[in-house]
Amino acid sequence: MKLTKSLIFASALAALTLGSMAAQARDLTVVSWGGNYQDAQREIYFKPFSEKLGKPVLDESWDGGVGTLQAKVKAGAPNWDAVQVETEELALGCADGIYEKIDWAKLGGKEKFIDSAVSDCGVGAIVWSTAIAFDGDKLKEGPQSWADFWDVKKFPGKRGLRKGPKYNLEFALQADGVPAADVYKVLATPEGVDRAFKKLDELKPNIVWWEAGAQPLQLISSGEVAMSSAYNGRISGINRTEKKNFKVVWPGSIYAVDSWVILKGAENAAAAMDFIAFASQADNQSKLPAKIAYGLPNKEAAAMVPAEFQAELPTTPANMTGSIALDGNFWIDNSEALTQRFNAWLGQ
Amino acid sequence: MRGGTPLRRHLAAALMLMPLVVFLGLFFVWPIITMLSEAVSDPVVVKTLPATTEAARAWDRQTPGAGALGQALVDDIRATTDDQAMGDVVRRLNSAKSGFRTLMMKTLSAARGSTGPLDLTTVDERWKDNGYWEAIAAAAQSRYTDRNLLAALDYARNPQGSIEALPPAASNNADIFKRTFVISGLVTLMCIALGYPFAMLAASVTGWKRQLLLGAVLLPLWTSLLVRTAAWFILLQDRGMINSTLLGLGIISEPLPLLFNRLGVVIAMTHVLLPFMVLPIFSVLIGIPGNLMPAAQSLGASKLRAFWHVLLPLSLRGVASGALLVFMSAIGYYITPALIGGPRDQMISSIIAFYATGTANWGMAGALGIILLAATLALYAVYHRLTSDRALRV
Repeated sequence: MKLTKSLIFASALAALTLGSMAAQARDLTVVSWGGNYQDAQREIYFKPFSEKLGKPVLDESWDGGVGTLQAKVKAGAPNWDAVQVETEELALGCADGIYEKIDWAKLGGKEKFIDSAVSDCGVGAIVWSTAIAFDGDKLKEGPQSWADFWDVKKFPGKRGLRKGPKYNLEFALQADGVPAADVYKVLATPEGVDRAFKKLDELKPNIVWWEAGAQPLQLISSGEVAMSSAYNGRISGINRTEKKNFKVVWPGSIYAVDSWVILKGAENAAAAMDFIAFASQADNQSKLPAKIAYGLPNKEAAAMVPAEFQAELPTTPANMTGSIALDGNFWIDNSEALTQRFNAWLGQ
Repeated sequence: MRGGTPLRRHLAAALMLMPLVVFLGLFFVWPIITMLSEAVSDPVVVKTLPATTEAARAWDRQTPGAGALGQALVDDIRATTDDQAMGDVVRRLNSAKSGFRTLMMKTLSAARGSTGPLDLTTVDERWKDNGYWEAIAAAAQSRYTDRNLLAALDYARNPQGSIEALPPAASNNADIFKRTFVISGLVTLMCIALGYPFAMLAASVTGWKRQLLLGAVLLPLWTSLLVRTAAWFILLQDRGMINSTLLGLGIISEPLPLLFNRLGVVIAMTHVLLPFMVLPIFSVLIGIPGNLMPAAQSLGASKLRAFWHVLLPLSLRGVASGALLVFMSAIGYYITPALIGGPRDQMISSIIAFYATGTANWGMAGALGIILLAATLALYAVYHRLTSDRALRV
């Protein structure tokens, strides 16, 4: 009898504790891509905003995938508020209704931003580029193009590429002689996709696949690969912090806009909107290139960047010659089918 | 309790079990059932596009779909206010035929931005292609589907409805399943080969020596899996400790390829899973009376023969449970093959993760999960049969 009573008491206590834990308010949680990029964001956005707010701002990192966000929103009460997403995650999630609508009045109007940074569900955070990277100290005469990247006789050693079809099919077509401007036109046909996979076949034995943005830098540093595709900001970042001499090959690179979104039903949606407005202000945003070399979607902020940092940005006119804008529409249509094919190809 | 009637005692026992039952039900049984039903249920089109569903079931698939189904689709779009439900429809259709994403985006805004009849072929040329309408008609057939289960095994239905195999260039899940079981089997064998002698040694000594040996097994178990995998990455790379030592000693002239291949995966997974082999064998070995081996030898058996006929059969129960633990854990491995392995060493979990987190295709993730569960249960049945034949079970 006594045992029964104490059991009931204990479970009641447990229920109470669990209940109070769940009821406790969560602080604003901002999610970005980790590594030295997020370190920079913490310095210039998260910490100052937390001081302004008078409350802690939590930051987490993720590796992408619209399924992750989909699961959080569908489960109800997502534990993330503001998330930085890639081009197709923005389009997919917006179509699926898993983001809150952006209050453009708080941001000072759409015309303050470059066109590709404006949408109903998101605000551009950075313009970034995926390009060939190599260690200038190890390779004096480095590669100039994707054709060189494919040429393992001229440049012996392994190659690093991000695991997945996105970017790699575009790179393969360029290596096969397709001009940058025609890449998506060719890729839109089944023959073009076959051609890209055939070109990837050539390089397959020499490819080391990476998944997180920090990996290609380690692979190049350790000499595991001779060159790799990598995010441009990380390359300038490692050059500054670790005194490396990594080089970026701009022609043939692909640039894209990453955006801030707010998850639907997020507890701190209002604070998240304020945070995004804070991070989009010209004087705050213009501090970013000094820390990491990403282009800025706020036009005023871009104009405020000191000349010494301009040379490293994907948005600088000299770096834009021969580069391609990522075609988000192509990838939201074809991502699933092409990834399935890519996985099958990878395992063969 | 002492004075309690049998009924009360039963009640108390049931109450004590309650937390466990609730926990298992909520966090084990229910998620599995949800994932499994997700694999075969396909209600989104039927539920969200009722008029289109009706029209699609009556459609002969020969006449242009835009004429037969177009207006019904427009009406359904205008009647739906739930963005998330419409998102589910678009994702489901794009998964069957690439292109629906952008097509539906255009169509949604055109339909919502107008009233009255709307000719969809003027919104987008692609609506003239009956392939898109066939995809809608196929999704409208029923609230249940076998397409995920078929796709998980590299099959699909053609437009006529009969099942055909997909070419290996398009889908090779079967290979990845086979590879998953081969790698897990290899790791299990390696664990037996290393773990059995180790457990024998640990059981044969006492005091601080035994503590030290068991500590050596347990300590890695308390370290994060990711850390141990990353440590192996550093050890195995071309300029890592193993290769630079061997190069320095002049044993090899070229670095051994230890990373991004099957060898590296097996080495790292064996290390990670070894404790699950050592501990069950050890616990069985210390329960075997120490005088059995000398007794066998006093009857004239050699040491090897005594081991083969006495110790090994008695300890096989430990090996069997260790092997089961290691094999079952190895099947679900994801991080280690992803970081250490090459493209041909990826196991099925990484494909499941792609569908679950990458494309939010829960149906496909669930279907692959079902196949993995079924294959594992079948293997377990075989294993159970083998071990019970030799009277090894408790």
